[in-house]
Order: sequence, then structure tokens, then C-alpha cells
Amino acid sequence: MPKRKTSKTIEEINRKIKQGKAVVVTADEMTDIVKGKGAEKAAREIDVVTTGTFAPMCSSGAFINFGHTKPTLKASKVWLNGVPAYAGLAAVDIYIGATEPAEDDPLNRVHPGQFTYGGGHVIEDLVAGKKVRLKATAYGTDCYPRQEVDKKITLSELPYAMLLNPRNGYQNYNCAINMTDKTIYTYMGVLKPKAGNANYSTSGQLSPLFNDPYYLTLGLGTRIFLGGTEGYIIGPGTQHNPGAKRGKNGVPLSPAGTVMVMGDLKGMSPKWITGVRMLGYGCSLAVGLGIPIPILNEEMARYTGVSDEELFTQIIDYGNDYPKGEAVSLGRVSYADLKSGTISFKGEDVPTVPVSSRVRAVEIANILKEWIEKGKFLLTEGQEMLPTVKRK
Amino acid sequence: MYSKMVSLRFPKSNVNEPIIANLVKKFDLTFNILKATIYPRKEGLVVMELTGHRKNYQQGVRYLKGIGIKVENIGQDIRRDDDKCYQCGACTAVCPTGALSIQRPEMAVIFEKDKCSACELCVLTCPALAMETKFDKTLLS
Ligand code: SF4
Ligand code: SF4
Repeated sequence: MPKRKTSKTIEEINRKIKQGKAVVVTADEMTDIVKGKGAEKAAREIDVVTTGTFAPMCSSGAFINFGHTKPTLKASKVWLNGVPAYAGLAAVDIYIGATEPAEDDPLNRVHPGQFTYGGGHVIEDLVAGKKVRLKATAYGTDCYPRQEVDKKITLSELPYAMLLNPRNGYQNYNCAINMTDKTIYTYMGVLKPKAGNANYSTSGQLSPLFNDPYYLTLGLGTRIFLGGTEGYIIGPGTQHNPGAKRGKNGVPLSPAGTVMVMGDLKGMSPKWITGVRMLGYGCSLAVGLGIPIPILNEEMARYTGVSDEELFTQIIDYGNDYPKGEAVSLGRVSYADLKSGTISFKGEDVPTVPVSSRVRAVEIANILKEWIEKGKFLLTEGQEMLPTVKRK
Repeated sequence: MYSKMVSLRFPKSNVNEPIIANLVKKFDLTFNILKATIYPRKEGLVVMELTGHRKNYQQGVRYLKGIGIKVENIGQDIRRDDDKCYQCGACTAVCPTGALSIQRPEMAVIFEKDKCSACELCVLTCPALAMETKFDKTLLS
């Protein structure tokens, strides 16, 4: 019998999901399946591959409308638990950014600063249902006479709260080392002198954009797991760079694609939206993100079958080169090597340190798998795909 | 910022010295007294948490020792809040004893308390503020 090439549509896959017949596996499982059976057979058998990642993602924040007050107020400055929010929008619309430190934070005056509370923590507190103190000042207008407000808010009482992260899910990221002879404190964690440790941040073969390297199934409107609930990709993230150099398998060898995502804060959980700080660097938000990849054909099966051995990144010196804005690759490493616990760098064994949680990434991929298997989560068709490059 | 729980034992000659005021004024340290006792033979014991710049802390302790006060660190207990810890592994970069380590291939982060030297580096480093210092409360009773 002549073999027919597999070609499925998202509509067909959704029909199977609704019937409870879709075959869903995690990207970890898919790696083994494609190794064992080959991409062609895998494409026929598997409908959806789920991915996941959980790590600090700085370019995150939330749009909040805190409701009109009596008398009315057009806020010009707003603080949430002492953390400034951007108020240059309509009367009671604000954006709270993840990396904004509390206004009275000593920052790096005593280096390394601790940054124990910032925008990311405000967002986590809201998601956790905690009361948050909102202070606002205003200059007063005829239609909005009130000049200040100081009140407690909770997420459930807010008229509107939308997580909208301008850049999440970086497809690949640098492996950071420090070639100086002093410890440095970076957004990649603490880096000990003389290449004392090598930090990396990815869930590797489980990472969303590693499983669809050319963003063939990712676009405006792609439904995803975000912060414990459903969210959406709404476009390319800031710094989205499809033109980065790619390996033979099509996967970028350095930071490349990113996504802008949004989701209703009210459905989220503090387990998956967690305020963090990086010592000496600042505040941020750890975001749980998972993207389902439809296996439309053999090509998508091949992409999702990628393993940590076939994913590479560059070693960058955050002591000298990166701060000068002159990052150059000091070497290439695979994620399998990074995950092993040591890499060999200039003839020395350097311990590796993850800052992205593999345990949580696996959990996300499994949750998403369960949602789809149970018919609770349907795939969507991207309306405007992410900018990409010609395939190899 | 640096913070340590210390016990100060001072001979009766010092009991009247304004040592706390000096710590605050001269070394810019803040304090939180958990226990203060004058024993019958007029020997004093103060248990307190001292907080400030590491350098100031060290100078402050030197000052105390210089005037004949016995300063001891109080046993500290490092704990991990397992609800807050999200198993990233960032703390393993700084843990000098291997008390925090990664179990492969799961990449789970294990905390073995018996290997911990209470150096507190993880407390400073953990992005989730999951590592906490707890003081040995038995010393206060
Ligand atoms: S750095 Fe903190 S959150 Fe990460 S594994 Fe260590 S204790 Fe857990
Ligand atoms: S206190 Fe020091 S020894 Fe103990 S777990 Fe933390 S870093 Fe390791």
C-alpha cells in the first residue's frame, strides 16, 4: 500500500479533541517517540505536543482598571503596595510592570540589592487574592475633581485585570559566565568569578519555541497555557528576531523568537505567576507558559521531536563583554551538556546552574496535555503568524 | 543588608554602658532585642538581632568585644518553604556545602539540612525568597 503523507488541519484535530480521541503527548515524550518510530509515523499517530516553561520573564506586567471613584478621579500617579504603576492612560487605567521596584527600595545602594518587593510581587499578591493598597494622586479636572485616593483593592473586585507580557518565552537564551575575578549579580543569577559557574535559562526540549522553530503554528490568537489558565499569543514579542543563526535542524543557536502574550489575571494562580527578585539585579515575574503544538504533518513531528542533545546555545561573558554591549560567543554548548551538571570550558569543568524550573515545565506540559485530552482546551488557528524566515 | 542573631554576655562593669545606643549611633545598626536579663551576680545577657551593612556589623561586633563583651552567634536554622520553592536550581550556584543540589535526570532541587552550614548565601540568592533563616528559639527560654 503506498504511503500517504500525513496532513491534518487544526479543525480536524479539534474534532478529535472534542470526541476525546486526540492523541496528546508532551514534548519530552515526543522526543522518544520520534527517535523510536521516526517523524513520519509519529505525525500519523500524534495530534498535539504540549510544551512548558517556568522562569523569570522580565518583560511582563498587567493592565488594571481599578474602577471609578466617587467623586471621580483621573489618576496621574499610582502606587500598588508602594510600587509605582504607569498611569499615563485613561482615568483609572494603569499598567504595573514586573520589574518596577517598590519606591522606597534601597536598590543597589548596598550592593547587591535585595529587591524583595516589586511589580512582580504585586501581581502575585493580586493573583493570590491578597488585599493590595492602591494610592493615587491626581491634579484634578472639572470632570475628575478628586485629587487623591488611598484604598485597598482585591483582584476579584477589580473591573478589569489583564496580564499582558510584551516579551515571554524566549526561543533560546545565553549561557552566562563571569570571566572577571569578582562575583557578579545579574538577571541570570549569581555568577562566581573566573567562570565559577555557568547559568542557563530554558526548559530545553520542553521549551515552547524550540518545538516550532519557524513559528509555523504560532500567531495572533494561538491559545496557550498562561499562569495556570488559558491565555493567548497576541503577536511577536519585543526583540523577536527570527533572523538569528540556525542549526541544520532549523533551531536558532542564540536568542531568537519571542511571543507577546495575554490572559485574564482573574483565572491565574500564584503557583504559575510568581513574583521574584534576582539579587543585585531587581524584581521580576516568574511566568508559567505552555504552548500546544499541533502535529499537522511530518515536518511538525520532526520539529517537536528535537532533543536536548540537538539544542545549542552560546556561552557569553556577563563580566566583561555583555555589559559593554559587545557580547561574543566564547563557545557553544548543548542543553544536554548544560543539564548534565558540568560543561567543559577552556579545558576546565564548570558547574552549570539552571534558573528556569524544569520540574515546573514538565508539570505545565502535563497539565496542558490533560486539558486537551479531557476536551477542555481546543486549539486555535493563528490569524497572523509570527514573522519568520525561509526554512532550511 | 546583613542581619545576625547574637547573644551578648557582659561582665558587671559594663552593665551600665549605653552599648545599644552606641551600636545605633556609631555603627548605624538597628536592633531587635529578644531577651535581656541581668543575672544575680550582675552579669548581663542580651539576645538580639543586629541588622545593618556587613562592614558596620563587623565593626560593631569589634567594638563590643573591645569593651569586654562576649559576642556569640546564635544557632540559626535554615529552612526551605517548599510552597515557595519552584525548583529552579539558582541556589545551587552559591551553596558551598552541597546542601542544595540537583537530582538528575528529574532536575529536582534537593535540600539536605544536615549538610547545611547556615551560611545564608541561599537566603540572599533565592529568587522566590524560599530559603529562610529561623532562629533557635530554645536559647530564648
Ligand atoms: S533558588 Fe529558591 S526557588 Fe530556586 S530551587 Fe533554590 S530554593 Fe528553590
Ligand atoms: S545556608 Fe549555606 S550551606 Fe545552607 S543550604 Fe543555604 S547556601 Fe547551602
